[in-house]
Amino acid sequence: MADFQIDAEADITDVVCPVTFVKAKVALEELEDGQIISIRINDGEPVQNVPRSLKEEGHQILKLSANGDETYNLIVRKVGE
Amino acid sequence: MAVDYKALKDGGFMRQTQKNHFSLRLKAIGGNFTAEQLSTIAEISKTFGCGQVHLTSRQGIEIPFIKLDDVDKVKAELEAGGVYTGVCGPRVRTVTACQGAEICPSGCIDTYPLALEISDRYFGRELPHKFKFGVTGCMNNCLKAEENDLGIKGGYTIEWIKEACTLCGVCAKACREGAIAQTESEILLDETKCSNCGRCVKSCPFDAWRGEPGYILSFGGTFGNLIAKGEPVLPILRDKDALFRAADAALAFFDKYAKPGERFRVTIERAGWEAFRQTLETEMEAAYNG
Ligand code: SF4
Ligand code: SF4
Ligand code: SF4
Repeated sequence: MADFQIDAEADITDVVCPVTFVKAKVALEELEDGQIISIRINDGEPVQNVPRSLKEEGHQILKLSANGDETYNLIVRKVGE
Repeated sequence: MAVDYKALKDGGFMRQTQKNHFSLRLKAIGGNFTAEQLSTIAEISKTFGCGQVHLTSRQGIEIPFIKLDDVDKVKAELEAGGVYTGVCGPRVRTVTACQGAEICPSGCIDTYPLALEISDRYFGRELPHKFKFGVTGCMNNCLKAEENDLGIKGGYTIEWIKEACTLCGVCAKACREGAIAQTESEILLDETKCSNCGRCVKSCPFDAWRGEPGYILSFGGTFGNLIAKGEPVLPILRDKDALFRAADAALAFFDKYAKPGERFRVTIERAGWEAFRQTLETEMEAAYNG
């Protein structure tokens, strides 16, 4: 799969649900429409819920990849202001 | 004339500790009331009650401290405002529901219209004992389906669409049952582990899971003196006709085999779960062919 041009990065592994979602949302708010962010998230509850919540907010999830240390990078394209 | 307390109770007037006072149970469906209905209820409570209402454990409203002499008047004024009295006693009670797919992003089925249909069809129907229906939109089970004599839970029967999948990796992580595995080239589903929760469908960014809404039924739940959770007896039902055939068959079974004053749970256990399941399947089949 093609790599994405990453415009920004965020790490939400230092917080727990539901703050994970809030932190990811704040990070997305800083972006322009169409920009791509890589968000580092923890295994377990965050990885089960954050991608889905961001999708429900209307953003486009591009990829989720395992880092091999029980964290994942979620690549998201911001949709809308 | 002697007061017919039973008739009053059947009509939702619950005798209070305080002499000649009743707590008036209102008809509720799926826990929804309109603002107009609430205004009517507030007025009645102020005029005829104590200016207070009670929210019941099954999404209903009761207006306490209604005086015996005011019963008819209160009923008429409520009805003029589109509010009806509930029921008590050995019959089908208030049908409860969560907000479901119409409002809740997790919902797999539209719960409120279904609760309305169930209520239209069964509310108030006399049975050997009380009988409760509850409808919950998904596996999160906010409405606690298994507490009910007949619980209905929304679920999805799922199918992976290979052409749409980008192997992004989200669904395998969203699944809490470990039913999804991902290889270099495809998604593998272990149907024996799938709970029909629909999280894969809801989480997939590329619409690469098709989810067909369906109903998972549980029978024989009771959380009063006897505490027991409803049990699934049938596989997930794909359409509403099948759901109503199953409900018809369950109520007929209760009517036929119950000793008077016995809860559905006790009847099923006496007859045996296997016999109950067979009766359901036979009746559903007969109704389908008939
Ligand atoms: S049971 Fe599911 S659909 Fe119903 S309110 Fe809870 S999460 Fe939403
Ligand atoms: S979430 Fe959708 S696109 Fe991503 S791997 Fe699963 S099926 Fe494929
Ligand atoms: S419906 Fe639920 S349990 Fe079944 S595969 Fe999808 S996420 Fe897993």
